[in-house]
Order: sequence, then structure tokens, then C-alpha cells
Amino acid sequence: MPGIHTMFEASTLSDAVTKLLNTFGAVAGFLAILLIVFYAAGRATGKISRPLTILVFLGPAVLLILIGLIIPAARTIWLSTKSDDSTRFLGAKNYTWAFTSDSIHQVLLNTLLWIIVAPIVTTALGLCIALLVDRLKNEAVYKSLIFMPMAISFVGASIIWRFIYETRDSSQPQIGLLSQTVMALGWKHPPNWILSHPLNNFLLMVIMIWVQTGFAMVVLSAAIKAIPAEIIEAAKVDGARGGNLFFRVTVPMIRNTLIVVLTTVMITTLKVFDIVRTMTGGNFGTQILANEMYSQSFVQFNIGRGSALAVILFVAVLPLVGYNIVQLRKERGNR
Amino acid sequence: MHISARRRALALFAPAAALALVAACSNTPSSNSASPVPTLTGDCAKYQAYAGHAGTKVTMFASIISPESDSLQKSWDEFSKCTGISIAYEGSNDFESQLPVRVSGGNPPDLAVIPQPGLLQQMVKTGKVAKPSAETVANVDKYWNKAWKQYGTVNDTFYAAPMSANMKSLVWYSPKAFTAAGYQVPTTWADMMSLSDKIAAKGGGVKPWCGGIGSGTATGWPATDWLEQVVLRENGGQVYDDWVAHKVKFSDAPITGSMQTMQNWMLNPKYVNGGFGDVKSIATTTFQDAGKPILTGKCYMLQQASFYGAQWPKGTKVAEDGDVFAFYLPAIKSDVTTPVIGGGEFVTAFSNRPEVQAVQNYLSTPEWATSRIKVATGWVSANNGADQSAYTDPIDKLSAKYLTDSSATFRFDASDLMPAAVGAGEEWKQMTAWFAEGKSITDVTKAIDQAWPN
Amino acid sequence: MTTVEEPTAAPDPAQPATSSGKVRKAFSSPLASIFMIVVTVLWTIPTIGLLVTSVRPAGDVALTGWWTVFTHPSFTLENYHKVLFESSFGSSGGMLPYLVNSLAIAIPATIFPLALASMAAYALAWVRFKGSDTIFFAIFALQIVPLQMALIPLLQLFNGGAHIGSVTIIPAPNLGGTYVPVWLAHTMFAMPLAIFLLHNFIAQLPRDVMEAAQVDGASHFKIFRTIVLPLAAPALASFAIFQFLWTWNDLLVALTFVGGTADVAPLTVRLSQMAGSFGRSWEVVTAGAFISIVVPLIVFFSLQRYFVRGLLAGSVKG
Repeated sequence: MPGIHTMFEASTLSDAVTKLLNTFGAVAGFLAILLIVFYAAGRATGKISRPLTILVFLGPAVLLILIGLIIPAARTIWLSTKSDDSTRFLGAKNYTWAFTSDSIHQVLLNTLLWIIVAPIVTTALGLCIALLVDRLKNEAVYKSLIFMPMAISFVGASIIWRFIYETRDSSQPQIGLLSQTVMALGWKHPPNWILSHPLNNFLLMVIMIWVQTGFAMVVLSAAIKAIPAEIIEAAKVDGARGGNLFFRVTVPMIRNTLIVVLTTVMITTLKVFDIVRTMTGGNFGTQILANEMYSQSFVQFNIGRGSALAVILFVAVLPLVGYNIVQLRKERGNR
Repeated sequence: MHISARRRALALFAPAAALALVAACSNTPSSNSASPVPTLTGDCAKYQAYAGHAGTKVTMFASIISPESDSLQKSWDEFSKCTGISIAYEGSNDFESQLPVRVSGGNPPDLAVIPQPGLLQQMVKTGKVAKPSAETVANVDKYWNKAWKQYGTVNDTFYAAPMSANMKSLVWYSPKAFTAAGYQVPTTWADMMSLSDKIAAKGGGVKPWCGGIGSGTATGWPATDWLEQVVLRENGGQVYDDWVAHKVKFSDAPITGSMQTMQNWMLNPKYVNGGFGDVKSIATTTFQDAGKPILTGKCYMLQQASFYGAQWPKGTKVAEDGDVFAFYLPAIKSDVTTPVIGGGEFVTAFSNRPEVQAVQNYLSTPEWATSRIKVATGWVSANNGADQSAYTDPIDKLSAKYLTDSSATFRFDASDLMPAAVGAGEEWKQMTAWFAEGKSITDVTKAIDQAWPN
Repeated sequence: MTTVEEPTAAPDPAQPATSSGKVRKAFSSPLASIFMIVVTVLWTIPTIGLLVTSVRPAGDVALTGWWTVFTHPSFTLENYHKVLFESSFGSSGGMLPYLVNSLAIAIPATIFPLALASMAAYALAWVRFKGSDTIFFAIFALQIVPLQMALIPLLQLFNGGAHIGSVTIIPAPNLGGTYVPVWLAHTMFAMPLAIFLLHNFIAQLPRDVMEAAQVDGASHFKIFRTIVLPLAAPALASFAIFQFLWTWNDLLVALTFVGGTADVAPLTVRLSQMAGSFGRSWEVVTAGAFISIVVPLIVFFSLQRYFVRGLLAGSVKG
């Protein structure tokens, strides 16, 4: 298209306006359709009314989940029994590979470490902050600052953490803040952080915790604020104070929220691969399952092995899901 | 994409979209495919061979991103204007993982610029790659050395014409620092090692070599390049080809022998890692940063490809008498003449629409190569027909000299030729562990061999 | 969520309801304030590092630590200028087209799942039917499906439709060059978590209010619109911001489903392209990262007041 450059200049703004109007149009259209369907379905009476209600409310979500998650998941399970280019059937060979290869042992171990440490620290820290921020002046300022990492993309986050963990020879000026700090504190020859196994695993987890604590804090803070005043008062009449009050009243009151946060962070932790991918590329003994799966499937074209790892990934979370289901069942049974 | 997006806009918001549509229409060449091939005149006459596709669009996907991609786009600007074929270019650092996803998802680009012959093979396997036109094949036969055509060939069928080339057998150094210390540029491997010993003996934190293999998700690739240099220099082209085909294993004597040579070079604690620390620090230093200590005198040499020229800070003079320059990494054995390792990209078509073939064909001509050379420095073509006098950058000149040298033992970067599970996976990983964890050569080679797909 | 009905905690109607004030006192200690300040400072340092790096000249970034600017100030706005106004990829609008694309992707990709998930959550919580438990648990469990595994099948669907053998079930939808595929993909991937979180809240809405409405003869559609949505506003707002952040910062889904041209690509795609073919321009990426956090922060601040009664507050009513 000749002259595309000049055209763009003149129309950059009108282009932007068009796109935005278009977007709002799509949203408005979507909501309008919902309203019309609601109106029409709401008129229905008699026998079909109930099934219709269920269909309208649940149908779109179930359909989307079917297409976007269930079919791909089934396909993944199927592919995990096939060879790298999906042409030959291998049975359980890919799984045997996963459980016998030394490098995958390390990966599984690291993943286990991640899903235990990162969610617990995140939730605990989020809880502490949520409790304590409540009584500071400028609560919003603290909350916003702690929440801010959530708004930074992983590309940005990995760059800035590089400038924290980077290590230079002690004779050179440091560009990593961590080395600079410990050197200032008198540790003459700090190690090359990102190479120091198993410490490096924890250093990477710190990034995850840094990002996710904002989520935990926001959710838990909301739950704490919703505890009815009477309960706190009653507990205090009973003589509860400080830590006692915290463990006997606050924690049980927000127990469910705690479990939800823990579960959500844990599932996020299992799925996140960007941190390891951008910080170490899975080297130096820091590889985790999600990244190994990504690299097997999309970099090395071992679709079969990658799929087997994905299946292991979701089997790994099953106990957690099971626990949550037991909890949910209790609650749903109550009503 | 432009037009269809606007059509949709029109449906919903006629007034706003109408403006944009008018703008778009006024730029769409009025001739359509049904009319006879128009005659191009004036400056456009040279594009007559590609005429007749006005108003069409060709999508192109590549790993080359800004600012290098801007120069690419400029290089075919005139072609686009004259022929009316617009090229919608998209560059991404996730090219290697995105291309297979899009191809198997049924959404391939018209043209993909693939830097790894190994990836090209994977794509051909999917059955979606279109064969180039006869003109393109003729261009490649005429203007490229046979080895290059071979790298664009899968199972004896030629698919993709080479585009740019880079020269990997270079050592970056500072001519100023060499002059000040009275060092000569070494012309044999032995000279280079004795020079290294001399510099190493100086002490004071100064080391002869610096290096970095950190590259995010691709960490380890510079180390595979070092190994390839030594393998080709010690064992010659035949062993190198057999190694790529896994007829010679990593754990076989020729390769372990070369790893031993490399151990005495880039893993030698006396030689590395100037400005950064010990041998291990090579694993965490990014390849981009690796050469910076040359400017501060902490390090004297860096083995890196021609494209490293883009890494020097603004204001650094790159010339034979400047702040930095590069010399040819010398041969080890005299029976392997002028060993050169290089890399490059291959223009692969996923459609046989005539306009796609026209663009693919144009990119294989010396005219286009010359046009690209003139746009900006830092780009070399192995096209013999390209105007050699168009190069203005000394490094480009040096690279072009070796890449078009018919007596050179030229080989493509081995890890790009190997299956991705090795060349973009285990080899990177194990080489990194070799540097970072001091893993033994036996363990490293064994693990890489195991990862080779059956 | 189990409704925590602590038997020990009998409400005392005589006491005024100033819970936060009392909690405040109960946990009060100077140590706590110090802890908060330390944590906040620690949390902010990396962000400050990002900001500082983004205003440093390219050459300095790799040579000295970013904190040295406090002793040797050397600032430039060149990185921001580059990110905002520099043209490439045949577009001359600088960052504007990408910013617009990001909005055009993130807004519907937040509203669609929010609407559909809240509907589903309501049905699962209040229109109980045989199998609703199973559906709910299945949806919850599906959170663990890694989205990478869905990329290829979805892409096939969007480009080629769906077929069983030679029978076409869904014809190829012609969606190339539009945002529709990325909206749909984000909506699908967000569904399980959205339904799970919103269900927790919606299920806890007061039963008597709902029953009263039903006795009045209101349909589920009316109850949903007039009672559930207003009452669930805090939960909707909290989920909205998280979903907005996830889609705003997403790179993988956008790259796969809309590609990287200025027509449709969001900021994240643009930023990853700006890092340079050889990844050398970190300072540019830091500037871009800083620009790209401005919008989410605006969203956060404007929705923040809803967090007072946030996402899961409903689960702890007495």
C-alpha cells in the first residue's frame, strides 16, 4: 500500500477512536444480547421455565469451558501417549521418561518446593500486612505500594530483578543491589546468587512472592474488615488480646478466605513459567514443571513429553483440589 | 488486516469508520487482478517481473525485531510502492515457539524468515510449506554457494532461499589496547594461545578473554558456537557434517577432544572471565554484556559473531584503528582451510499465491540484497551477486569477504541444524551446566546424546 | 465456603459496630508499624529500581548500579521518548495504537468473563439442580489446566472451524485481524477461577432477601439483575481488577491469537519487540514497563473503595 506511512499519521487518531468505539460497541452489543435473552427467557412460564433458566445462566460458561479447557485437556492426555511428532503411539513411555530421567527428578523436586514455599509465604505475608495495614495512617498508600508489583508485566519484573541478583567480580562495581548491600554490610566476596543452588530457587520464589502478595493482601484485608465488630467485642469480653485474639478469632473467621487465597496462589505458582523462563531459562538447577512443559512442547517440539508433563502437572494439584472440594462440599451441604 | 478490521468497524459505527475507510481506499491501487499486467515505467521499470499483483498483501513473520526490522522494511519500500504488493511484517522474540503454534493452528504467515534449518525441517514435516517458484530456485543456484542451498533443502527438495548471513568466526578486540600493549593480531591458533598466556601473566584482574552465554530462555547458545568453532577447526567439514547428523556422537573422541581444547580456552581459569569474575560467571553474564570489559581494559578478546557489532555503546569507534574491531578466529589445522562458521535466515513460503512467490523471489535477488545493504550497516548477504562495494561498515566488509570466499570451509551453525530437542534444548542446558556447575565432559556429552530424538 | 458461625461469638447488641477501630487497638504495637514500613520499603525498592533505570542513559545501565544515580545523577527522558513516539513496523503513531489495542483487548476480556461467570455462579449457588455440585467441582478443578495446552486446539478452531471426520460442525469463522479470538480465549481461560471466586461471594448473599423476592414472583433473571448484581458489586469489582491486570500484562495469549502487527497487537507485544533483536535495550523496556503500569494503577485506584468489602467478604458474615 503506497503512502501507508502518511495515511497512518493522519488517521492514527481516527483509527484509535474507531477501535475504541468498536470495542465499546462489542461490549454494549454483548450486554444488550444478554438483556434481551434475559427478558425473553424471563417471560417463559411452566415446565420449560426452570431448564431454560439453567441453560441461559450456565450454558455460555459451560460451552466456553468445554471448548477452551476440557477439549484441550483431553487432547493433551491423548497426545501424552504419543511420540514427539504425535505420529506413533507410545503408551506410558513418556511418563516413564518423566519419572526416570534425572533432570526431571530435579524439576519435580523444585516444583514441590515452589508450591509449598511460595503460597505459604505469600499468604502469611499477605495476612500480616492485611492485619497491620489496617491501623496505619495512609492505609491506601501502603496498600497501593504493595499492590503495585501486580501491575508490572513479567518482562519488566524480570529485568528489574536481574538488577538485584546480578553479581560481578568483587573487584568490579556491582550492578546488582543484593551484592552491593551485603558487601556494604561487610561480606567481602558474596556468591554469584543466581548460580548458588539451592538458594537460587528461593531467590526466584521471592519474585513470585513479591508479585502475588498484593493479591493476598487485598483479598484478606477485605475479609478481615468484614468480620463483624460484635464478634471481636465478644472475644475481648472473654479476655482475648493480641496474638490470642488473632489466632482464636480472626484466623478462624477468615479461614475460608485463607484457603481460597492459598489455593489460588498455589495454582498460579504451578502454572507460572515466565519467572524461571526469563531469569534462568531453567538452568542452574532451577527448572520447574511448567517451564519444562513449555520448553518441551514449544521449543523442543517434544509434544508427547510436554503433554505428559502437563498431565503430571494437573495430577499434582489433584490432592489440593480434593481438599478444597471437601471444604466446599461441607459448605454446600450446610445450605 | 487493515481493511477487514475497518469493514467490521463500519458495520457498527458507520460515521467513524467511514473516515478511515475513505483514507484506506484512497491508498488502495485501483487496478485489480483481473486486468492485464500493467507496464511499470521510470524508476519502477526494474520491478516489471513482479508486476500484476497490485492491491495484494503478503504477511511475513520473523524473529528480526526493531530496529533491525525497520531497515528490512525500508529495503523493500520501493518494491512495494511500484508493484502494489504490501508486505505486512511482524517480528517477535518468540518466533521459534510461535511459528509452530501458528502453523499447526492453521494460521501460518505467507512468508516466514526461519533462522534454523532444523526448524525449517520441522515445518516441512507439517506439509504446509510451499515450494518456491522456478525463478527463485534459479536465483539460488546462480548466486549462492551450494552449501547455502543445501541448508534450505529438506529431503532433497529445495524449499527456502537464504536471506541474510552472519559470520560467527570472529574475535572482537580493541586495536587501541593491542597497540598500546604492543600485541599483534594472532594469525594461528597457537599464536592466539601464547598471546593469551602473555596477557594472563599480567595479573591485576586483567584476563585475555571474556565471555557470556546468558541469553534468557536461550542461555547457552554462545557456548555451542565456541564448541562448533573448535570442532570444525580440529576435525574438518566431514566430521562436522557427521556430527550434525549424529553419526558422530557428542561422546565420541573427535567431539570430546574438541571439548578438551575448549576447556583449555574458554573454561581456563587463567584466561577468563575478564571484568566479570571466574569461569562460572560466564554462565550468568549475558552475551550482550560480555564484550563491555574490552572497552575498560579488563579483558582483551571476545569470540562472538559479526552481529555483536550492534552491542557496542553509542560513540564506540568500530574500525581497524578504532576502539574495537574484530579479527578472523584462526585455523587450528592447516588441512582445514579457512574454517568459517556462519548463520543466516531462510525465507520460507506457506502459500503459493503469485504475490507471495513474487516477494519470495524478489528477496532472493542480488538487487534486493544490495538494496538492504544500502539501507543500514550490520547486515551481510552471502549472495555472490550483491554489490560488494555497497558495504560501508568495516565489519560487514570483513564478514562478507569470508562468507563469499569460495575456498573457505564454510559450515552453518551446528546447533541450528540439529533437532530442536538438542540444538535448542539439551545442548544449551548441558553446556551451561558445564560452565556453571563444572560438570564433567563425560557427563555433559552423555546427557546430550541421550536427548537426541530417535 | 463454610459460613463461619462461631458458637463462641455471640453478638452483643449493646456494643457499637466499630470493628476496624477495635481490631486496630487490639493488634496495636510500635513493632507492627515498623514491620509495615520495612515491608513496604522492601516491596517498593524493585519498582524504584525500575523507574530509575528507565530514566538512565543506555550506556550507564550495564556499567553501574542504578542506585548510583543518587550520588552521580545522570538522567535522560530519551527512553520514554523512544517508547512513546518512535515509529517502526510501518506504524507512525508511536505507542498510541498499541495502547489502544491493549484497552480494546483488556476491557471486553474483563467484562465478558465477569458477566458470564457471575451468571454461572448464581445458577450454581441459587438455582440448585441435580448435578450442579458436580459441575461446580469440575469447574473448580479445571483451574489447573495449563493454558499453553489450549493454544493449538483453539487456534485450529478459530482458523478452520471444527470438524469430525469430514463433517463440519462449526464453519471457519473469519476472525482474522479482529480482537474476537483474543477476547474469546481470555474469557475461556478466566472462567474457572472467576466462577469459583464469584460463587463464594454470591452463595453467601442473605437467603431471606432472595427468598422474599421469589415469593414476590420475581424470576431468576430479575433477581439476578436487581438483587444479586448490586449486592455482589464489591466482588465483581475485585475480580474485575485482577482479570484486567492479567489480560493487560498477558503476552502469550495475545501473541498467539492476534499476532504482532500494529492493527491489533497490545502493549506487551510491542514492548517485547522493542527489546531489540539481540535483547539489548533494557532501558527502553523499563520505560515501557513503567508506562504500561499506569493504566492498571488508575483502574486499581478507581476501584479500590470496593475492596473495603472485597472479593470474599461474604464468606465471613456472622
